[in-house]
Amino acid sequence: MPLEPYIELDNVSFSYDGVSVIENLTFTVRKGEYLGIIGPNGGGKTTLIKVILGLLHQTEGRVVLFGKDRHDFKEKYRIGYVPQRVRQTDKEFPATVFEVVKTGRIARLGFFERFAKKDIDAVEHAMEISGIAKYRNTLIGSLSGGERQRVFIARALASEPDVLILDEPTVGVDIGAQKTFYDFLAKLNTDQHITIIFISHDIDAVSRETKTVLCLNHNLVCHGLPQDLLNEHILERLYGKHLKRAPHNADLK
Amino acid sequence: MLEIFQYDFMIRAFEAGIAIGIVAPLIGMFLVVRRYSLMADTLAHVSFAGVAIGLLLKINPIFSAIALSVVAAFGIESLRNSRRIYGESVLALFLSGSLAIAVIILSLAKGFNANLFSYLFGSISTVSTGDLLVIILLAVIVFFNVVFLYKELFFTSFDSELAEASGLPVRALNLMTVVLAAVAVAISIRIVGVLLIGALMVIPVISAMQYGRGFRFTLILSVIFSLVSVILGLFASYYLDLASGGAIVLVALIIFLLSLVFVKR
Repeated sequence: MPLEPYIELDNVSFSYDGVSVIENLTFTVRKGEYLGIIGPNGGGKTTLIKVILGLLHQTEGRVVLFGKDRHDFKEKYRIGYVPQRVRQTDKEFPATVFEVVKTGRIARLGFFERFAKKDIDAVEHAMEISGIAKYRNTLIGSLSGGERQRVFIARALASEPDVLILDEPTVGVDIGAQKTFYDFLAKLNTDQHITIIFISHDIDAVSRETKTVLCLNHNLVCHGLPQDLLNEHILERLYGKHLKRAPHNADLK
Repeated sequence: MLEIFQYDFMIRAFEAGIAIGIVAPLIGMFLVVRRYSLMADTLAHVSFAGVAIGLLLKINPIFSAIALSVVAAFGIESLRNSRRIYGESVLALFLSGSLAIAVIILSLAKGFNANLFSYLFGSISTVSTGDLLVIILLAVIVFFNVVFLYKELFFTSFDSELAEASGLPVRALNLMTVVLAAVAVAISIRIVGVLLIGALMVIPVISAMQYGRGFRFTLILSVIFSLVSVILGLFASYYLDLASGGAIVLVALIIFLLSLVFVKR
């Protein structure tokens, strides 16, 4: 029996000023999935995420989150989001890591409601598993790009989400740290049972790390298992030219 | 008791000053971190047009200043959201536009120029009991709005897109911030003056930011700096016969310079 559907898109399109960005997307993300989204720049990857999150409104079609139409979906805390522009965060902003991670909990609280002990515990736990507990009282602007990335992941985890969406999470992170990062994501998926969606330019990382892949170039080019999909024919359709995959660990001699 | 406190007008000036000293940086902080420092100055100029209208129509200028700056706050936010004009250009538009209105009204209705100086630079002798009640009541409203919506205002200021993705009504919160700023500016005119209220909302905040601490600490420190500026400024104003706004802002500037020089970051 298929697992519970968490995110369902039915014929979703989005256009901006008459220019179509995504067209007729239909797919389902199920509980426990680890989905990688790849595609060329401007192919609509970030737009797709913003439509799912309700930051942009689709011009056609329907988005269903946890069985509810997105407009009626109130449990925003069930989806944790790590945006692409983490590295561009205002360096002068006077906020500590703890203050930033705490914002992840706000989706669970009502207006005027204060943080309770269980909220603070969840924040501490998220900082612990993201490896940033030692930076608790450090200003966010004084951290490196990779450290700030982990703060934003902890922020997303603080709401104890069912789904974690990451937009280009490894841009600017060195190779050694990338390995640790992917291990961390895999652990979240297998141990904490968090469904993961991540956008990446790194085709090799997507094919190696994820359980399913979605290829997007305005419309859905492919959706399925990485080993079945990431062949030269699909990549050519996706990127519009002849591409050959060279895995990071390929023998180049 | 100090001689200064034997006068009712000075006691009123201190009471109003303390209310303003708390509220101005409280709102100013959210404007500064959004790179919106010029908003305070813009709203002050709008308030000045409101004062001119009040003097012309012979109604309490505080009320007309509040009314006009709240209307302007709505106008600024809706123009900014329309994305037809850059954010800072919207401020320039309202700043110069309202100054033009004020100047025209003042030149049409000759005769209240003597009063004008006190609105431009602040005056400790002009706070009536009625003014004091209005100032304290509105300051309390602004204070509790910030205290109760602190986490939402912080989140929206830090990252409005993430705040929206978390389900916060970001536009309404932005509008509320600007309306609260409009109220804070309008009630500060009597003591600090139109031309200097922007400074009281911004300088204590940037002084506190020099200490490189978190948001809550910086906010509390900025209120302390602002209160010290207001209290010392009012003493200087009384004993040295200076315009209160100028004296208050000069103290705030000295605190800023000391913070800049002595805090190692």
